[in-house]
Amino acid sequence: MDKPFAITLDPGSSLANRTGSWRTYKPVYLDRLPPCNATCPAGENIQGWLFHAESGDYEAAWRSLTENNPLPAIMGRVCYHPCEGACNRQYVDSAVGINSIERFLGDEAIKRNWQFVKPTTQSGKRVLVVGAGPSGLSAAYHLARLGHTVEIHEAGPYAGGMMRFGIPKYRLPREVIEAEVQRIVNLGVSIKLNTKVSNIEASMQAGKFDAAFLAVGAHIGKRAYIPAGTAAKVVDAISVLRSMEGEEKPMLGRRVVVYGGGNTAIDVARSVKRMGAEPIIVYRRTRDKAPAHDFEIEEALQEGVMVKWLSTIKQAEEGEIVIEKMALDDKGFPQPTGEFETLAADSVVLALGQDVDLGLLDGVPGLEVKDGTVQVGPNMMTGHAGIFAGGDMVPSERTVTVGVGHGKKAARHIDAWLKGETYAPPPKHELAGIEKLNTWYYSEAPHVVRPTLDILRRQSSFDEVVQGLDEGNALFEARRCLSCGNCFECDNCYGVCPDNAVIKLGPGKRFEFNYDYCKGCGVCVAECPCGAIKMVPEEN
Amino acid sequence: MSYQPIKFYQTGTFTVGNRLLAPEERSVQASSKRFNSINSGHRACQGCGEALGARYAIDAAMEATHGQLIAANATGCLEVFSTPYPETSWQIPWIHSLFGNTAAVATGIAAALKIKQKKNPQAQEIRVVAQGGDGGTTDIGFGCLSGMFERNDDVLYICYDNGGYMNTGVQRSSATPPAARTATTMAVGPEPGNAFGQGKFVPAIAMAHEIPYVATATVADLRDLEAKVRRAMEFRGARYIHILVPCPLGWGTQSSETIKMARLAKETGIFPVFEAEHGELKSALAIRRQLPVEEYLKPQKRYAHLFGKQPNVAVIAKLQALADRNIRKYKLLETV
Repeated sequence: MDKPFAITLDPGSSLANRTGSWRTYKPVYLDRLPPCNATCPAGENIQGWLFHAESGDYEAAWRSLTENNPLPAIMGRVCYHPCEGACNRQYVDSAVGINSIERFLGDEAIKRNWQFVKPTTQSGKRVLVVGAGPSGLSAAYHLARLGHTVEIHEAGPYAGGMMRFGIPKYRLPREVIEAEVQRIVNLGVSIKLNTKVSNIEASMQAGKFDAAFLAVGAHIGKRAYIPAGTAAKVVDAISVLRSMEGEEKPMLGRRVVVYGGGNTAIDVARSVKRMGAEPIIVYRRTRDKAPAHDFEIEEALQEGVMVKWLSTIKQAEEGEIVIEKMALDDKGFPQPTGEFETLAADSVVLALGQDVDLGLLDGVPGLEVKDGTVQVGPNMMTGHAGIFAGGDMVPSERTVTVGVGHGKKAARHIDAWLKGETYAPPPKHELAGIEKLNTWYYSEAPHVVRPTLDILRRQSSFDEVVQGLDEGNALFEARRCLSCGNCFECDNCYGVCPDNAVIKLGPGKRFEFNYDYCKGCGVCVAECPCGAIKMVPEEN
Repeated sequence: MSYQPIKFYQTGTFTVGNRLLAPEERSVQASSKRFNSINSGHRACQGCGEALGARYAIDAAMEATHGQLIAANATGCLEVFSTPYPETSWQIPWIHSLFGNTAAVATGIAAALKIKQKKNPQAQEIRVVAQGGDGGTTDIGFGCLSGMFERNDDVLYICYDNGGYMNTGVQRSSATPPAARTATTMAVGPEPGNAFGQGKFVPAIAMAHEIPYVATATVADLRDLEAKVRRAMEFRGARYIHILVPCPLGWGTQSSETIKMARLAKETGIFPVFEAEHGELKSALAIRRQLPVEEYLKPQKRYAHLFGKQPNVAVIAKLQALADRNIRKYKLLETV
């Protein structure tokens, strides 16, 4: 080669220097478990479906969401969203409104009539699900998607279970239940209403079922001994809520005393307020000790529900009750003070928790019942092979979301059991705590507050209290997600590498390290907003 | 509820790119087709801010000139780690110069190109950048630089400021900040580290020349840096961009903290990020989350002597006063 003036060697490229050999630590990409996903009782991949919602692809988001939970429109209304309590964005400004986006997606699916994809093959196995509540519906949905034939036997006249008979309309409109149940029916699940299973083994034999999932719930109101005159009206909360569904509204009178401090007590009080009565909640401990969620107590107080904290009912007579004031001892337990008060009351509603109707299990060998609940193993199977149980009838926190989670979990184990296998859940990723994130990179964006119905209409009608998001603010809210622990392709690692040692693989394909040149400086790890890279020691 | 604009992309434009932004709205560095003007295999230290800053700036200049660019390079870290003869990391027309004459070499190239352009007006125009570290710019090459400014030669001069002569063993330059320890300003005696009241801030001197465009930038604000290079290329005449590039070796910081240190320099007000046209301040990059100077000083070993058992509060207060003066002078807490 004829070289130019003063040039004696060909120019060489520095690519000949494999500077990767300097490295003692190397960066690796990983997916960490976002705290929202880690806490979701239904096991939703929240970050995963928000990722699709962020780009405005709501159908993909809904499909991703319903991989785990078939009831997003219901969930977006009644779930107590522990995910938001765990959300890392609370350390930046305020948690992402996951629940409101879930509801938006659920409502969008109903509006656009999105349906589930039917399985391509059928297993030929038959599964009986007892109870069409959240747990039963969830199990039926997952089993049907796995190709099994599923029949739900429901004792009541409608599907929905506690979602219909325990949750008032102002929190969950009935059309929403109808729509999401219908979609599960469209998938191929058959629901037999008014079909009470009184003996599970007999029902399984009669229908040639290979396995059963029991989710009958807990709907027998607990009673407490209250000395009562013959004319005193004492009823339980669940029957009050159930009768709200029928034509004949319960006759409770004007002054209704609700006894208890849980969510059911609040639901009853708010419901009777809407019927024109004056509810008073009597609870033996203080507000911060009450099992009801604080926002529900707050909404009830806004609507004019009265509460007597630190009080127990000593006696009920026609037209009045006697309550005793309590005081918390140093262990936090309420102790009687001997101070009494008389309250005018036309009726007393007991909201003291619920028991399970275990009648259908009589005589089934191997079953273990403890404290009024059915005991199940980690695979949700009872002591009797092939009979699984979940939801409120097994020991757990009794919420719709937990029920849905039980249904999913049981479905996976039932599927494996039917195949003669055991289901082993995939190992969990390490948690993406806030300390793994570089929050500098996230734009300031305050939480979108869902509008609520005005107070007058809340006191007089069963219209839904909390309103939904529209497309604009749902998208905004979705984009507040920090995508903890999961790459969202912000190009930071690719941009900040001083050695061009990150290879961009293109949209949806994320990135790769070029270890020939990566010196292991760790800038990419420090500058990754979402904590999806970590440094690991080199082996030699 | 009032209307909520949806033009919110999770990280907005803080990150390098963003899958939700249209490709033309992303940074040059986000593109898989970026020039990589300085390629892999260079011998800069782990986490080198200068290698990063140089790629940011020159890639942006290449983008702005459609690849029609010649770079003159002063001796210094940048040259030593990128171009040990006969091998180079540069993927652009690039010329070596002495430590002190880069501005003059670039002036010469610009003059030659001007003549070539006159002879062949149809030819695609070629632009010139000169680049060097703070030693080659603020100390050794300062005379040539001032001359280039004063003649208003059509060159963009980029200074990568890491506050000292790093590849020769971390000696003080006139850009070394007060109180910083270097090999020639030891942390001993009654006033340890570099002296207060010495050194110079060349962006202000460049502004005094009233050249068309002067800007400062850091490797922590990529979008700002790229916009400034693009803006600089819209002008004719002498232009100057001064980029703060943290040096893990000389500053005594973790290699992973390079960008963080630049961010802290900006957020504390230690390093003002602004732009000026024809000698007048045009805008400043506002501080987003203001921090006390300790946040910036503490992670750096060159300031470790301020944080012994007895923190040297008097010196820290003096450094805070300098930051406060920058904030006042360059209006860093307001958007101009």
